[in-house]
Amino acid sequence: MIKRATFNHKTLPYLLLAPQIAVTIIFFFWPSGQAIWQSLLLEDSFGGNSRFVWFRNFERLFEDPTYGHAFWNTAVFSFLVAGIGLALSLLLAVMADRTIRGSTGYKTFLVWPYAVAPAVAGVLFGFMFNPRVGILAYSLNAIGIEWNHQLNGNQAMILVVAAACWNQISYNFLFFLAGLQSIPKSLIEAAAIDGAGPGRRFWTVIFPLLSPTGFFLLVVNTIYALLGTFGIIDSLTKGGPGKDTEILVFKVYNDGFRGQDFGGSAAQSVILIAIIVAFTFIQFRFIERKVHY
Amino acid sequence: MRMTTLTAVSALAFGLSVGGAQAQTQIEFWHAMGGNLGEVTNALAEDFNKSQKEYKVNAVYKGSYTETLTAAIAAFRAKQAPHIVQVFEVGTANMMAAKGAVYPIYQLMADAKEPFDPKAYIGPVYGYYSTTDGKLLSMPFNSSTPVFYWNKEMFTKAGLDPNKPPKTWQEVGEMGKKLVASGAKCGFTPQWQTWTMIENFGAWHNKPFATKANGFGGTDIQLQINDPARVKHIQRLADWGKDKVFVYGGREGKSTALFNSGECAMHIGSSGSAAGIEKAIGAGKVGITMMPYDPEVAAKPQNSIIGGATLWVLNGRPKEEYKGVAKFFSYLASPEVQAKWHQQTGYVPITVAAYELSKKQGFYEKNPGRDVAVNQLTLNPPTDNSKGLRIGNFVQIRDVVDEELEAVWSGAKTAKQALDSAQERGNKLLRDFEAANK
Repeated sequence: MIKRATFNHKTLPYLLLAPQIAVTIIFFFWPSGQAIWQSLLLEDSFGGNSRFVWFRNFERLFEDPTYGHAFWNTAVFSFLVAGIGLALSLLLAVMADRTIRGSTGYKTFLVWPYAVAPAVAGVLFGFMFNPRVGILAYSLNAIGIEWNHQLNGNQAMILVVAAACWNQISYNFLFFLAGLQSIPKSLIEAAAIDGAGPGRRFWTVIFPLLSPTGFFLLVVNTIYALLGTFGIIDSLTKGGPGKDTEILVFKVYNDGFRGQDFGGSAAQSVILIAIIVAFTFIQFRFIERKVHY
Repeated sequence: MRMTTLTAVSALAFGLSVGGAQAQTQIEFWHAMGGNLGEVTNALAEDFNKSQKEYKVNAVYKGSYTETLTAAIAAFRAKQAPHIVQVFEVGTANMMAAKGAVYPIYQLMADAKEPFDPKAYIGPVYGYYSTTDGKLLSMPFNSSTPVFYWNKEMFTKAGLDPNKPPKTWQEVGEMGKKLVASGAKCGFTPQWQTWTMIENFGAWHNKPFATKANGFGGTDIQLQINDPARVKHIQRLADWGKDKVFVYGGREGKSTALFNSGECAMHIGSSGSAAGIEKAIGAGKVGITMMPYDPEVAAKPQNSIIGGATLWVLNGRPKEEYKGVAKFFSYLASPEVQAKWHQQTGYVPITVAAYELSKKQGFYEKNPGRDVAVNQLTLNPPTDNSKGLRIGNFVQIRDVVDEELEAVWSGAKTAKQALDSAQERGNKLLRDFEAANK
């Protein structure tokens, strides 16, 4: 007979759960509820003249061509950040996984960028690519590329994507490296004995076994690109030039905290929440099926 | 989500600051003056506290203008508003429309029985912040106006007379070409492009920015920024951009770096930048004069309008505390304090007496050009077009105009297309404002 320690108290589990639930309600549900409520209001900045207007804030958003533009920017930006960030970090992780001399130092250096806050990363890139004093902008000019991300929208997009990827690569790298190291060496050796070359070993053995990690990182990176890159945009371009790098999360901030349009800004946050929920749902529902655990 | 945490944090900060000495009445003053300006501002509050025993003004730096305003809004909504908050000039219409939140200055001074004379103030400074019938709504504090700066050494190098700055925009173009030919990387660059090249360009040539006396007459207004004079001016700058006679140096005050580093020879910037510019280039090497005008648009210049910020009084505190606020404002407006503030910062003195006092002290002889701002503001009695701007959602409208201008500088749009589009987008924001403040 195995002796089990059980508690017959009915309320105890709830009591033990209570702190976590309280935290969730106070810090997640309550503010989200407030955002939803505010998205249905039209009011002046000080809240003295508040009217319930149903979905007027949402209608206004969809009539606004700049909102569609922000959607497009977000799609391009997220796709590039998640895609390039994941591909590069996987490449780096595979390289670092080999037993080469000095690999510990190499791994340590690769992790460093993660210690840099996104806003600081933005400032660093801003310095390096400053059209007049930046060392990289100077080098680009020297090889015949006229660099001015303050006026050229495509260059501005390249710049924020580069900064966002650079900032996130370490995180991806760590997970990929851990994933690679947990793959049993015997499998790879068996494949090698069967005559598979390094490329074939990677695609048929390593990559499928790495897919849970890759899937997790895909979700995390998409959410990062959607929300976490605010600091980079704010310190590098402020959504400019024009509105060429204005992504959804930046527009939420800009309309709310610069423009004091709290209703419109709340409506945008509600849409952003819905997008993230939908996106995460799709990823888990469809992509997860193809993942081998 | 940010909103609620912000409310909590500011409420907490407020609670802490109130917990200090209890004997005096505490007055909370939130401002956006960082660095050197912040020190001068805090010193003003300190001096006031030393001058009497009843009240204590706590000057607190709250970050940028927008951050300060957002903090004050959050605190007001949480019923923890500061007595005084510094708001930039583009927030004026939004503050005015905030029903029940604002305690107008004319009423405050009357209620507190503080002596108050509207005529003591410099016209365009007073006018910007008063109702159509001349009642002051917020206390002028730091006001500036765009002035023209030029680099004398670069003028000499280009074979130009270093003591003869351009008077007209046509001359700016001619001199700019000579400067670029002599090796300058850039002829001219403006600060705060929408403020200087659209708003002040209009006032300076007596052209309206919006209907109903630039918005002073109501919220049902339309922008009027795509007029031929502005289109011509912006297109002229864009054309100059091809051979670097004009260079765009970024939004807000970023372009000043180009002038300070000796890349650009001519600059239009806030009079509040004077001290910084003189420090960077050397006091004798830079000249300050009035903005150029276009004789094809107006026979002579009108007057420029201001930028900067004022102090707004928020409702919701016990009545007797506002007496201290009125006393503090009287102190701020006194000639000695204003003259000191003006001389230390480069902002315009808000009263005529402070200007006269600075003159008497010989400040302008020692610092040539520092009186240009006042002279420019008072050049002519202000008209409906040059009194000021009362535009709702102005922060966003400025962003819209900045964006459209950037499209001109990059060559994506012509001046006409950009200003038409800026006008259309701006009018939409005005309709939103009208709807929110019915």
